[in-house]
Amino acid sequence: MVKQPRGLTILNYVTLGLMVLATAMVFLYAPEEAVMGQVQRVFYFHVSSAWVGMLGFIVAAVTSVIFLRTGDHKWDLVSLGAIEIGMIFSFITIVSGSIWARPIWNAWWTWDPRLTTATIMELIYAAYLMLRQGVDDPERKARFGSVYAIIGVISVPLTFFSIRFLRTIHPVVFGGADPNATGNFDMTPKMLQTFMFSLLTFSVLFADLLWHRIRLGKLADRVETLKLKISQ
Amino acid sequence: MKAPNPLGQELKPQVPVVELDIQPVERVTLSPVSAFFRTMIAVLWKDLAAERRSREMLSAMLVFALLVILIFNFALELDATAQADVTSGVLWVTFAFAGTLGLNRSMAIEKDRGCLDGLLLAPVDRSAIYFGKVLGNLVFIWIVAAIVLPVYSVLYNMNLFNPGLLLVILLGSVGYVAVGTLLSAMSVQTRTRDVLLPILLFPVVIPVLVAAVKASSGYLQGLEFSDIQPWLNLLVVYDVIFTAVAFMVFDYVVEE
Repeated sequence: MVKQPRGLTILNYVTLGLMVLATAMVFLYAPEEAVMGQVQRVFYFHVSSAWVGMLGFIVAAVTSVIFLRTGDHKWDLVSLGAIEIGMIFSFITIVSGSIWARPIWNAWWTWDPRLTTATIMELIYAAYLMLRQGVDDPERKARFGSVYAIIGVISVPLTFFSIRFLRTIHPVVFGGADPNATGNFDMTPKMLQTFMFSLLTFSVLFADLLWHRIRLGKLADRVETLKLKISQ
Repeated sequence: MKAPNPLGQELKPQVPVVELDIQPVERVTLSPVSAFFRTMIAVLWKDLAAERRSREMLSAMLVFALLVILIFNFALELDATAQADVTSGVLWVTFAFAGTLGLNRSMAIEKDRGCLDGLLLAPVDRSAIYFGKVLGNLVFIWIVAAIVLPVYSVLYNMNLFNPGLLLVILLGSVGYVAVGTLLSAMSVQTRTRDVLLPILLFPVVIPVLVAAVKASSGYLQGLEFSDIQPWLNLLVVYDVIFTAVAFMVFDYVVEE
């Protein structure tokens, strides 16, 4: 069995330590919010997950461009890993946000711009994976994936602005008052520290998972090569 | 060198030798720009000529569009008051679905008959092929719109001959087709083909649909231009960005 590179092993421990510390901060260090109570604590990991979701997309788009320019397969592997991780964390964001919304907004879901854009982003991720799955030739798979990642990432800001403009003109009637009004809160210094630390932790988590995923991809490629050698 | 015939006689040439005064023909080299346009028009012309002969794609798109309108009649209670609000939505859903049909067929024809390979072998700029396909798809979608609008007007007693509405259809269709042509070039090369194009296209084309529906309903309701303008701006921005991006990456999608 191929051993993990030492850097990765260290990163694993660092990530674990940061996650434990972040969880402790969220539950013990951060104060209880005045209006919303304990359920507000989901905010720290919820926003961090959303950040990782977007980070996945951005990393994938950048490495896609590099792959198309250089043709080096390893960039495509990074792209794929970033999209997969981004998809999972976007899903975590949507679900955790939904759980928070039920007591606060009295609805599991609203068609507020950010939620709508998050859904569309998730669908673009899913479409990316389906596109890759539908192509057999590995070279073409990588190229198509890269092209779609670029198209997808450019469309997300446009989608967000178009829906935000849509909703400001036509206020959301269902779900009571404007969703942006209920749920806002000012962050005390302790909350801010917890929040920043959570962001940092999740970024490190993203890097750790991405490294694992790239390593997995490289091992899978090696298996394919060995299979070909045996069958010859 | 003439081979002597068995009788040892030299054969005289049968063809009379004539002195011709031929001037060397000047080699006409096309500038890159005009070569680009000629390729684009050639691809467009090929699509239009093929469609004129078979009419299979247009008839499919048209019948489908009319059926969608029919289904909406039952799905949404389109009484007189509700109609004005939902008209633009129904129209754009119709265009989106019929457009998907057209995009799929257009690329599938290229792939199945080996036309795409032939086009790629030609010493032309790949993006000229892309723009030729875009123009072809645009013409087809405009023909569908040209028939759907009067039919809808007649069926629901509305006047849809609004120049603003036509402008929105123009801008919206350009954005839709620009991205759709690129994505259909990809999806036609996958196993899941037709099914994959809507999955790829619809999330990415949402800004066009949102802006087009709002702008269309704005024009139909007779709103002030200042209210409609942001949506038109969004359409233009989308069109410019995505036509540029698609033009840049098309090479990577069709190369072997």
